Amino acid sequence: MIPGDFDYLRPKTKSEALVMLRDGGDEARPIAGGHSLIPMMKLRMAAPEKVVDLGGLADLKHISIEKDITIGAATTQHQLIESGALFDACPILRETALLIADPQIRYCGTLGGNVANGDPGNDMPALMQCLDASYIIESASGKREIKARDFYHAAYFTALETGELITAIRFKTPEAGHGYSYQKLKRKVGDYATAAAAVTLSMSEDNVTGASVALTNLADTPLYVAEAADILTSSPLSADTIKEAVKAAEAMMAPAADGRGSSEYRTRMGGVMVQRAIEAAVERADKTPKKGGLFGWLRG
Amino acid sequence: MAKRLIKLTVNGDEMEVAVEPRDLLIHTLREQLELTGAHIGCDTSHCGACTVDLDGRSVKSCTMFTVQADGAEITTVEGMAHPDGTLHAIQEAFRQMHGLQCGFCTPGMIMRAHRLLQENPTPTEEEIRWGISGNLCRCTGYQNIVKAVQLASETLSQKVAAE
Ligand SMILES: Cc1cc2nc3c(=O)[nH]c(=O)nc-3n(C[C@H](O)[C@H](O)[C@H](O)COP(=O)(O)OP(=O)(O)OC[C@H]3O[C@@H](n4cnc5c(N)ncnc54)[C@H](O)[C@@H]3O)c2cc1C
Ligand code: FES
Ligand code: FES
Repeated sequence: MIPGDFDYLRPKTKSEALVMLRDGGDEARPIAGGHSLIPMMKLRMAAPEKVVDLGGLADLKHISIEKDITIGAATTQHQLIESGALFDACPILRETALLIADPQIRYCGTLGGNVANGDPGNDMPALMQCLDASYIIESASGKREIKARDFYHAAYFTALETGELITAIRFKTPEAGHGYSYQKLKRKVGDYATAAAAVTLSMSEDNVTGASVALTNLADTPLYVAEAADILTSSPLSADTIKEAVKAAEAMMAPAADGRGSSEYRTRMGGVMVQRAIEAAVERADKTPKKGGLFGWLRG
Repeated sequence: MAKRLIKLTVNGDEMEVAVEPRDLLIHTLREQLELTGAHIGCDTSHCGACTVDLDGRSVKSCTMFTVQADGAEITTVEGMAHPDGTLHAIQEAFRQMHGLQCGFCTPGMIMRAHRLLQENPTPTEEEIRWGISGNLCRCTGYQNIVKAVQLASETLSQKVAAE
C-alpha cells in the first residue's frame, strides 16, 4: 500500500509549524507519530497535499507536574509510561497508555495525535474527559483552550479548525491517594476497545467524595457520564449505587455493531467495564477501609 | 513529488539517500539499500516483521516515511552480527533455543528483543511477553522465542559482569 503523493515540510519551531499550517489551509495536515495518519494515507482514506512534521519540535515535548499537570502534545505514549513522576502523580495515565496498541506503536504515537485524531477507538480522549483536561490550541493568529468534554462532535469531527494545532494538554493534578482504574476489553494486544471505561474517585470511609467516569468506543465520540458523579457521591457506596452508576453509563452508550460484537453485547460489556473500573478504583483509594466494612459486602 | 536528499546512518554507515516524501522506510531499506532483512508481513502496523531500531526505539518501518527519519541512526538485523561474522548473542540464542521455524518474523523479533534488553537487561518471562507483544509469529507458539530472549539476557548480563 503506497500513499498518494504529498509535499513534506519539517518546521524547526512551533511558530514555523503554525505558519505552514495556516498557509497550507485545508490541504495541509500535521503529522506527529504518524500511527493513525500513515495507515489512513496508505489506504488513501487521507490524501493531504502537505504534511507538516511535528517530530522535530522540542517545544511540544515536555511533562510538567505542579498544581496542574501539563503535557506537550508531541510527548509519546512511551514517554508517558516511562515517567516515574507522572506515575506517582497520576497513575491512570500509565495504566491507559499501556493498553494502547503495542510497544513499537507507543514509541511513536503521541498524546496530542491520540486526542486530536477523533477516532472513537482512541483511548486517551475518554481519559482526558475523566480527568477534565483542557486542550491548549494554537494557530498563527492566536491561542485558545477547550475542554476535552466539549471537543468531540462526531467520529473524526472535533472542535479543531483548519490551521490549528493542539500544543499541550492540561489538567488539575488529582489529589494524592485517589482511586483510579482504566478497564479495557479488547480481543488481542493492539486492538481497539470493544468497550472501555476510565474512573477516578476519592473516598472517605464508605463515602465517595468525588468521582468521574468516562467511556471509550461506546458511541461515535468519547462519553463523559456526568450523572455518575452525583449517583456515587449522594449516599454511602453500596452495590446499589454502583449498579445505578452503571445504568446511567449504559443509557448513554450507542456503540456500532462491528467485528467486536453487536451493539447490545458491546453495551453490556461497557457496563461491565464501568463496574470493574469503579470497584478497582474504590479498592485503590487510600481512604477506603481496607478490611471488612465496605469490602465485606462488596465482595460477598 | 521531487526527490530530496536525506542523511541516514544505517548499521554504522553514514549515507545520503534520495527519496520521495511518500516513500516508506521499509521500502527504502529493502529496495534502495538492498537490506532485505526487515520483512513486510502485514503492511498495516500489526505484525512487527518490519521492526528496526531507530534512535533507541523499535519502530515498524512500514509505518514511517523515510523523510521522517532524516538524521536518524538505524540498526537492522544485518547490523547485529560482529564484523567477523560471529553471531550477536541474541541471534546465537535464537539458534540455540530453536526460536524460529520459517524465520519470517525473526529479524523483527531480534530487533525488538535487542531494544527490550537494552531497556531491561533482565526481564521476567511476563516482561518478555509484553515486550514482544507487537511482533507476531505464526510458527513457534512463542515458547522458544521467549526462551531465546531469556538465554540472550543471561549471556549478555554475564558479558557485562565480566567486563
Ligand atoms: C495497529 C495499531 C493499533 C492501535 N491501537 C490503538 C489503541 O488500542 N488505542 C489507541 O488509542 N490508539 C491506538 N492506535 C493509534 C495510535 O495510538 C496512534 O499513534 C494515535 O492514535 C495517534 O497518534 P500519532 O501521534 O501517531 O498521530 P498521527 O497519526 O500523526 O496523527 C493523527 C491525527 O491527528 C492529527 N494531529 C496529530 N498531532 C496533532 C496536534 N498536535 N494537533 C492537532 N492535530 C494533530 C493529525 O493531523 C492526524 O489527523 C493504534 C495504531 C495502530 C497502527
Ligand atoms: S509489515 Fe510492518 S507491522 Fe507488519
Ligand atoms: S518463525 Fe515463522 S513466523 Fe515466526
